[in-house]
Amino acid sequence: MDLDIVSLSRLQFAATALYHFLFVPLTIGLSIVLAIMETVYVMTGRVIWRDMTKFWGTLFGINFAMGVATGIVMEFQFGMNWSYYSHYVGDVFGAPLAIEGLMAFFLEATFVGLFFFGWDKLSKVGHLITTWAVALGSNLSALWILIANGWMQNPVGAALNPDTMRMEVTDFAAVLTNPVAQAKFVHTVSAGYVTAAIFVLGVSAWYVLKGRHLAIAKRSMTVAASFGLAAALSVVVLGDESGYLSTEHQKMKLAAIEGMWDTQNAPADFTLIGFPDQEARENHFAIHIPWVMGLIGTRSLDTSIPGIIELVERAEGRISNGLKAYDALQKIRENGGMKNITPELRSAFEENGGDLGYALLLRRYVDDPRQATPEQIRQAAQDTVPQVWPLFWSFRVMVAIGLFMILLTGVFFVLSARRALDRHRWLLKVAVWSIPLPWIAAEAGWIVAEFGRQPWVIEGVLPTAVAVSNLGITTLLISLGGFILIYTVLLIVEMKLMLKAIRKGPLVEHAPDEGVNVRANQPSAPTETVELA
Amino acid sequence: MILHTLIDYDVLRLIWWLLLGVLLVGFAVTDGFDLGTNILLPFAGKTDVERRVVINAVGPVWEGNQVWLILGGGAIFAAWPQLYAVSFSGFYLAMFAILFALIVRPVAFKFRSKREDAGWRKAWDIALFVSGFIPALIFGVAMGNVLQGVPFRFDGAMHIFYEGSFFGLLNPFALLCGLVSLAMLVMHGATWLQLKTEGPVADRARRFGGFAALATLVLYALAGVLLWLYVDGYRISSVVDATGPSNPLLKTAETQSGIWFANYQAHPWTLLAPVLGLAGAALAWIGLLARREILALLASTVSIAGIVLSVGASMFPFILPSSLDPRASLTVWDSSSSHLTLFIMLVVTAIFMPLILAYTSWVYKVLWGKVDEKAIREESGHAY
Repeated sequence: MDLDIVSLSRLQFAATALYHFLFVPLTIGLSIVLAIMETVYVMTGRVIWRDMTKFWGTLFGINFAMGVATGIVMEFQFGMNWSYYSHYVGDVFGAPLAIEGLMAFFLEATFVGLFFFGWDKLSKVGHLITTWAVALGSNLSALWILIANGWMQNPVGAALNPDTMRMEVTDFAAVLTNPVAQAKFVHTVSAGYVTAAIFVLGVSAWYVLKGRHLAIAKRSMTVAASFGLAAALSVVVLGDESGYLSTEHQKMKLAAIEGMWDTQNAPADFTLIGFPDQEARENHFAIHIPWVMGLIGTRSLDTSIPGIIELVERAEGRISNGLKAYDALQKIRENGGMKNITPELRSAFEENGGDLGYALLLRRYVDDPRQATPEQIRQAAQDTVPQVWPLFWSFRVMVAIGLFMILLTGVFFVLSARRALDRHRWLLKVAVWSIPLPWIAAEAGWIVAEFGRQPWVIEGVLPTAVAVSNLGITTLLISLGGFILIYTVLLIVEMKLMLKAIRKGPLVEHAPDEGVNVRANQPSAPTETVELA
Repeated sequence: MILHTLIDYDVLRLIWWLLLGVLLVGFAVTDGFDLGTNILLPFAGKTDVERRVVINAVGPVWEGNQVWLILGGGAIFAAWPQLYAVSFSGFYLAMFAILFALIVRPVAFKFRSKREDAGWRKAWDIALFVSGFIPALIFGVAMGNVLQGVPFRFDGAMHIFYEGSFFGLLNPFALLCGLVSLAMLVMHGATWLQLKTEGPVADRARRFGGFAALATLVLYALAGVLLWLYVDGYRISSVVDATGPSNPLLKTAETQSGIWFANYQAHPWTLLAPVLGLAGAALAWIGLLARREILALLASTVSIAGIVLSVGASMFPFILPSSLDPRASLTVWDSSSSHLTLFIMLVVTAIFMPLILAYTSWVYKVLWGKVDEKAIREESGHAY
């Protein structure tokens, strides 16, 4: 990759987004876990559940601070590094971001302070409402961000206005009910729940292995296993591939994930593993499972999935349509805009306007796409294929982890129902070592969704290469280096504080007859426990 | 959807210009005192417990307050996309410095008191000070540059070209505006601290706050005089189509000296903004000296609102003038979102802004009262 403005800007966005996404899933999931635990406390009056809420709340707080710190950057970066993007789609894309602030983030951030500082200032129910407000806020936040992101993947309800040279909203309801956004929301939020569940499960398993805080650890594991099992099933069953057939490039993404060069008849095979070769347009050493891809991609057995080679041919056709739209657009603008438009120009623009973005793919090669040679057009069509192997492997890593999560939470769910959580030490060890897995899956999922979006920043509308700000290379290197440096330092500090808080364990206020571990705040002493609950 | 035509496009643009002002004032007034207390931290708190008192005086609320900035970013993106695109990319390194500060700040709050080690805490104290100081200064410097015009232009497809440098932002007038902003937020932070604390911390806050209030008064007046004498304003030199498409290049504009004061002459009631800016600072100074805690905070709030609004009143209808190509200047009439988007965002704001104000007030009410050393010592680990 050359060090040009586009690749540096992409690298910076990817780096900051991947860092941000280390913290977001845990915030989304843990906020719900806290709310569940505190609800049990308020309903049963058992103080141990308040101790649990406070303990996991401390870990939540450390993680939340990092989520906020890295999130601000995301909100500002569109304008900083992607100014043409911001101009071109701000009319549509800005709204969900602003609504996220109004409806969700204000709620979350205002009440998160009260969550920590309000234990003695609020009634039981008052504090419970506070906790649920934080959980609601963080989940609504995800909803609006994914509506914005869903629109990048499937830009519905908007049209280009030649007078302002930007996309403007024509149907806001379509933006809100975008099927890709809906699928993404359920998938991403469930993945956040799994992340929190595995985190709680793993940390608690470590306590059980060490014989510490048994009452709190076992109750936490029960919550985590049941919550996590439901969420893990939801992630896989409601995976967001279901939106993949709704648009042309989502089909391309699906074909790339699968390394499916040629169109297959329904139901398509799933390539379990293999080594995609972009040059030769084939996979080496592939192992296929019949039918599975058709089921994943179309949820049916009779819909065929187009392959990469066919999709490139289609893209070439759309580029030539796009050139007609581009030509009409230039003429409209030369004639003084929409108020002087002739019927011929209007129909030329409206018939082909949906493919205008494909003409912009040529901007990488020529200033005026109308001057492009047939060779450049073929090259631009070729550019619509994302790099296959990162998608192919990221997807498989994500799915494998997802299936393993179902198994793990399922096993602990059964153990919990049988009151045998501490019977198999090796299972507890597996739980501890599984802690990093949901993060790996989440990062892989981001790569599938966003790296797979290339070469588009807005699918079919705006190529990534056209969307950047005109910044200097040095400027970009300063900010890229700065972000990576500070994020890495803070990440290390954060992990250390997390580990410190985990080693220290919960502060215990509940009475001994609630089942436990009175000396829990003397961490080194293995304590005797009395299970009464 | 036909509903949005209920409100005319020009009216919506005007409302969103006012809401831009509300957001800036909201941010400067709420997160402003957080930034101010961050700057005052090393001066108002001498011992570790005193510093924790200072930090916890804003501890439960700063996170919510900071959302004003994030919402400001989102709302500018949604309602004034070109302003968002031009200013954030043009002021790139300045924005990067602000982001750097804002990344460090949440973490510094959260992490500082998690370890006993004195070196650790001192490092985070410095981080907190810097993360208050940098944004407070840079926001003012940015305002100073906006008043002078910013070197950007568009090409035919509306690609943005910014031809200034980071050091070009640091000119004398802009730096003066940076000092106004710094003094104003220190004053505000001090009025918050003297309300939320007692003893030596509150006394120091009063002393520093008094200086800051006087500095605000003098520097703001000085900036006004220099603006009148040395800074050329901008005016639209073609016919204004207030309901036209949002394309700045459809008009022409030119610079003219003294024109930033034309709105005050045409509509004398707008003089209320700078007058409140000055009077508020004076009253805050008196309030701090006379130990009228609430009066000082309110006066400082009024002063900030007056100062921020006076910039808007001077520049209207300009939002971001271009010194490179005055025609490209962004104004209220040609750089907003579409009619439909402005309407939808107004409906959403009308529903949620009252809710936000209601629950925020409730949270402040629950947390009302002084933060004292005893509370910090007894708090079982949740205080910062």
